[in-house]
Amino acid sequence: MNLPIYKKHFLLLSVLLIMLFFVNISLGSVAIPFQDIFSVLVGGNSSKESWEIIILNFRIPKAITAILVGSGLSVSGLLMQTLFRNPLAGPFVLGISSGASLGVALLLIGSSLFGGVLLSETFTHWTLPIAASLGAFLVLSAVIITANSVRNTMSILIIGLMFGSFASAIISVLSYFSEATKLQQFLFWSFGSLGNLSWNELLVLGVFYVIAMCGIFPILKSLNSLLLGENYAKSLGISIQKSRNIILVITSLLTGIITAFSGPIAFVGLAVPHLARMFFTTSNHKILVPASAIIGAIVLLICDSIAQLPTSDYTLPINAITSIFGAPVVIWLLIRKKKLFV
Amino acid sequence: MQQQESQHILATEDLSIGYSSKKTIKIVAEKIQLQLKKGTFVSLLGKNGIGKSTLLRTLSNVQKPLQGNIYINQKNVKQFNSNQLATCISLVLTERLPESQLSVFELVALGRQPYTNWVDHLTTFDIEKINTAMKLTEITHLASQRYYELSDGQFQRVLIARALAQDTSLIILDEPTAHLDLHHTLQIFRVLKKLVTETSKTILISTHEVNLAIKFSDEIALMNENSFYKDTSDKLIENNLFDSLFLDEMIHFDKNLRQFIIK
Repeated sequence: MNLPIYKKHFLLLSVLLIMLFFVNISLGSVAIPFQDIFSVLVGGNSSKESWEIIILNFRIPKAITAILVGSGLSVSGLLMQTLFRNPLAGPFVLGISSGASLGVALLLIGSSLFGGVLLSETFTHWTLPIAASLGAFLVLSAVIITANSVRNTMSILIIGLMFGSFASAIISVLSYFSEATKLQQFLFWSFGSLGNLSWNELLVLGVFYVIAMCGIFPILKSLNSLLLGENYAKSLGISIQKSRNIILVITSLLTGIITAFSGPIAFVGLAVPHLARMFFTTSNHKILVPASAIIGAIVLLICDSIAQLPTSDYTLPINAITSIFGAPVVIWLLIRKKKLFV
Repeated sequence: MQQQESQHILATEDLSIGYSSKKTIKIVAEKIQLQLKKGTFVSLLGKNGIGKSTLLRTLSNVQKPLQGNIYINQKNVKQFNSNQLATCISLVLTERLPESQLSVFELVALGRQPYTNWVDHLTTFDIEKINTAMKLTEITHLASQRYYELSDGQFQRVLIARALAQDTSLIILDEPTAHLDLHHTLQIFRVLKKLVTETSKTILISTHEVNLAIKFSDEIALMNENSFYKDTSDKLIENNLFDSLFLDEMIHFDKNLRQFIIK
């Protein structure tokens, strides 16, 4: 007997992913005929030049962002659940989203409060992501430094949560004293958005994404042995400290850069690894990592398509859609399956 | 004598075990001299809290010794890297596994990790080892089941199979029969004995099953507060050493019955 390969599952998911990619591109506030979309995609011209710009500079970057964000958050969530052997862990348990939010809050609210440089005047596309990255990086370094002086992995979970609530508390204080317009700006950022990325920003996101994903290869084995607990993993020749640090760095890099560009997107990272486990009925990370990535991309493409409210001029916040539609689905799946795994 | 010396799979030298933190050092046991010969079944007996688990954890390098040295095949443990050590000692622990969907086959296959490549690819040789391990522990029919569906007795044999697949000359088991009834306890002891005779592995277990330990093991190690003896059960009985195990007036070791009786 040998291990199943799950070729059919992956084929099915890949087809679904490609289909949803096209569906996602063809939807939006401007109705563009499918023929024109197709001809633009294959490098031809569309009947209107504005359509071409919309597709090439807005819709395609947004769809790719959705794929990167969805898969990145899901893989991070999977890593956290395995590291902490806790089904409730997600990419944000280390307090990274709170850190990013803190960075943005300091920029938007803090600058006006303290009467510092009027940053809002010199706002560019890059200001928000940089502030968010700095915030995420700050919390992440604090977590990793403290993580190296605690032996117990579970303590890291608590420490991450503590840093998270610490950052949130500062945000609350800042919000309390802030002007309504600044608060609204911050609120809009925290709704999350996939559509704000230009090709240049997408390139930065892509580079970090690829680097982080490559980091998973050397720890693939330890992820599986961690399923037996740390002592067994150690007896199998795994260096716990090393694997733990690599996992923390990968997760932080992925979620940090994603949150910086798209805002804190809830739910996907926690739920998708569970969907992957249910669909593939395995705990083997050789399967689960790619499975979570693909399912995460699919889920976020679907959520984004819904968020655009086809045929209307409005766009709903992506962060709300992921939870509104995702939570009931996961609850339903769990009630049916009755068991939650790591 | 030289010949015998070189057959020691594991030997300790003035080993002190316990726990140390920045401020305090808690010594659990000191000056332990333990030698394990190739192809023997050794049982470690001692009352609760005496430090059996601590000793096993120290021997398997899960925790560091406070003092002294451990030699595996005449080589100091400190000279091994973690992967080399994983090819010398395998473990069966009492701790529960985190819940996962691992199948029995996958769980046993994890024992091959020290030998597999970076994506954990199983060669035909690996699969052969896994199948042999499952056969020896009589769990082949369970291969495709999830491990959480198993009974305690079956699960314990799966853990032994995993250790066996790791293909080490020494297997250390911490109370492998802790939650089992008499029938399944006996089954585990028989499987372990079979492994020793058929594969000439060295097996070290900690247990509270004194009677079965006397019946099945080649040697018995007695761990007491201030002493540590290791010998064949006949010699230990002859020297009345079993009575040192429990300092309770009601518990008495009967030499003729070769077991403890309660007065």
